[in-house]
Amino acid sequence: MANTKRQIVVPGETIVTGNEFLPGDGAYRDGEEVVASRYGIVTIFEKHVRVVPVSGAYYPRRGNTIIATVVDITFNGWLLDFGGAQNAFLPVSEVPRYVNKNEMAEFLDFGETVIVKVWDVKSRGVDASMKMRGFGKIDGGMIISIGPNKVPRVIGREGSMVKMIKAATGCDVTVGQNGKVWISGKDTGMEVATRKIVEFIADNATIAGLTEKVESFIKELGLESEFPVEIVEENTDGENN
Amino acid sequence: MSKYIMPNLQKDKIESYLNKEGKRLDGRTADEFREITIEDGISKNSASAVRVKIGKTEVICGVHLGLATPYPDSPDEGTFMTNAELHPMASQQFDIGRPGINAIEMSRVIDRGIRESGFIDFKGLCIKEGEKIWQVFVDITAINDDGNLFDAAGLAAIIALGRARMPIYDEEADKITGYEEKKGIPLAKDVLSFSMTFHKVGDKIVADVSKDEEAISKCRITIAIGDNNGEARITAMQKGGAGTISSEDMESVLKLAESKWTEMFPKVKEYVFG
Amino acid sequence: MAGIYTKRDDGREMTEVRPMKAKVGIVPSADGSASFETGKTKAIAVVRGPRTLHPQHMQDAQTGILRVNYGMMPFSVEDRIRPGPNRRSEEISKVTQWALNSVVDLSGFPNTVVDVFIQIPQADAGTRVAGINAAAMALAHAGLPMKQMVSAIGVGKIDKTLVVDLDKFEDSEFHDEEGSTDIPIVLTSRTKEIALLQLDGKISIQEFKDVIEMGKKACDDILKVQMDALKNVTEVSNE
Repeated sequence: MANTKRQIVVPGETIVTGNEFLPGDGAYRDGEEVVASRYGIVTIFEKHVRVVPVSGAYYPRRGNTIIATVVDITFNGWLLDFGGAQNAFLPVSEVPRYVNKNEMAEFLDFGETVIVKVWDVKSRGVDASMKMRGFGKIDGGMIISIGPNKVPRVIGREGSMVKMIKAATGCDVTVGQNGKVWISGKDTGMEVATRKIVEFIADNATIAGLTEKVESFIKELGLESEFPVEIVEENTDGENN
Repeated sequence: MSKYIMPNLQKDKIESYLNKEGKRLDGRTADEFREITIEDGISKNSASAVRVKIGKTEVICGVHLGLATPYPDSPDEGTFMTNAELHPMASQQFDIGRPGINAIEMSRVIDRGIRESGFIDFKGLCIKEGEKIWQVFVDITAINDDGNLFDAAGLAAIIALGRARMPIYDEEADKITGYEEKKGIPLAKDVLSFSMTFHKVGDKIVADVSKDEEAISKCRITIAIGDNNGEARITAMQKGGAGTISSEDMESVLKLAESKWTEMFPKVKEYVFG
Repeated sequence: MAGIYTKRDDGREMTEVRPMKAKVGIVPSADGSASFETGKTKAIAVVRGPRTLHPQHMQDAQTGILRVNYGMMPFSVEDRIRPGPNRRSEEISKVTQWALNSVVDLSGFPNTVVDVFIQIPQADAGTRVAGINAAAMALAHAGLPMKQMVSAIGVGKIDKTLVVDLDKFEDSEFHDEEGSTDIPIVLTSRTKEIALLQLDGKISIQEFKDVIEMGKKACDDILKVQMDALKNVTEVSNE
């Protein structure tokens, strides 16, 4: 990865100088300089300069997977709260089977929770879809919230962190890009332990050597970390999907 | 501002874990308080100002004394007023504008707990009978709501009062010129009482609710308890919320209140008086 | 030109800002938050948003709206301030909003509001500028699009001497002679443009030009403190 060291920049700060650099998300050009237009961590990949946020609210992007809760039922769909400024709309046409307008609540009722894909982002809100495999209603377990910017660290490179947690606690951890995390296992005590591990990762997301720290934390909880110690290059490039 | 959304699966999990094992989703038992931290000296321009955190729930409370003429029916007594603000900076659920009923209720419940216990020595606040008395103002601002603002505010109020310094009154200039280094405001220290709020969540009575638990609470009771020669004595009580409470539940509440008071009161006294 | 004021009561240079302290992430449930202290003046700023703006008729379909609410805690000053808005706090909220609006870009969030709450727990003059310094940090911490930061300072004149960052003693004690003059200034960090300017007192045109120069230098000092706090990740309280 072409990421140099983990440089945190402040709006208005010059990141690099040179016309060969291209300002991407979170950056803009001012003469010869590429300047930060957002507070966050710089990533430069093949002269493409981006600033990845480390804090702040969740901004939905097309293709994101989110975990959301039904807050309203209309004649043609469901309104979902996912912690964003506006609710998401799940049209009746975007669920796996045909639902009659009289059975809307039977299929998906107030307060039920779903994993959906962000299909479209418009000024009035977000459109969601539940048609694909792997998406749908969830039950049991518990939900916690983390900063959306911590999501890549909790998932880990190619899911390594989530796998490590499963090996230690037997719990499945499903992370929505919106920062909602669904923890599901056979035993609530283990789910609570999983919560502590996830929160530990989120609290230490920007620190180097995170994998080792998480392993120690798991040991401190009295859980055996069976996941083999892999040499993981500490990388804070957001794997944003 | 926006409603706090509680997914069904979360409510089920909180209630079943409590009902089956008496435990909570952050690992605490039903009667456990989160960590309490106190910070003093938030403002040097008032008699006292403290920051109190219970877990991540945070309030700042300050005490001010002002000069006033006494009420006609109590010419030798000072006055006392409590104002709690559920400031919108503390939560998505708080609105900008005049205090809503939640802030008003909180102010009045905290006020009663302190006033009825006799903690403030009103006669000691008299400067000149019929002419001049001290008014005591307790102002609380919520900074972060992570559940149980009630108890953070109640604790902050008594700590701020306990640490408040007496103003120096220049009679000739008729104004306050500073604060006494070592002299506190007139308090009846023996009757100090502190309040705890209990909620019914699922089938269990719970102390120091988290934000999620507070959202699904069926009923809440705030009880202020003081020390009457080593025995717990209730000085104020408030049931809030629309739910009802059975006599069995009430017994559980009283039992829990007494045991928590016995456990926590020595530490609370230390926070208040040093 | 030297007047009667030749040495500051706390020993500072005429161009020196009081000792500063800054921190981000102080309110865990907020989208962005920060504290900024200048001497004994403390300010807390909390950002919540973008979030839906109610009532709907106030929404702007082309951009999010910045809304600032400034207030002083009742015990922040020697004479208790009654809780609730007053004319002074409303004016400060408005000029603060204008200053912050000059650098924040909410065009990507139509129909929403970004609320900025500023509260003062302890006041010793320079409260509005401390609030703006905290608010700029909190907006950055919230990850909002900002072309640059803003930094704020009060420059004053005590009798005939130009002075940076008046404290309360300086602000209130000099009513006998020519009196004190207070000039809060907000400058953008990159383009050094003036985003806020108020003046209270009497001053010549040349003196005013000097005031702007002194303000620029002082704002550089303030910007450094703001940037250090934002870059000091271990102090960030994560949520």
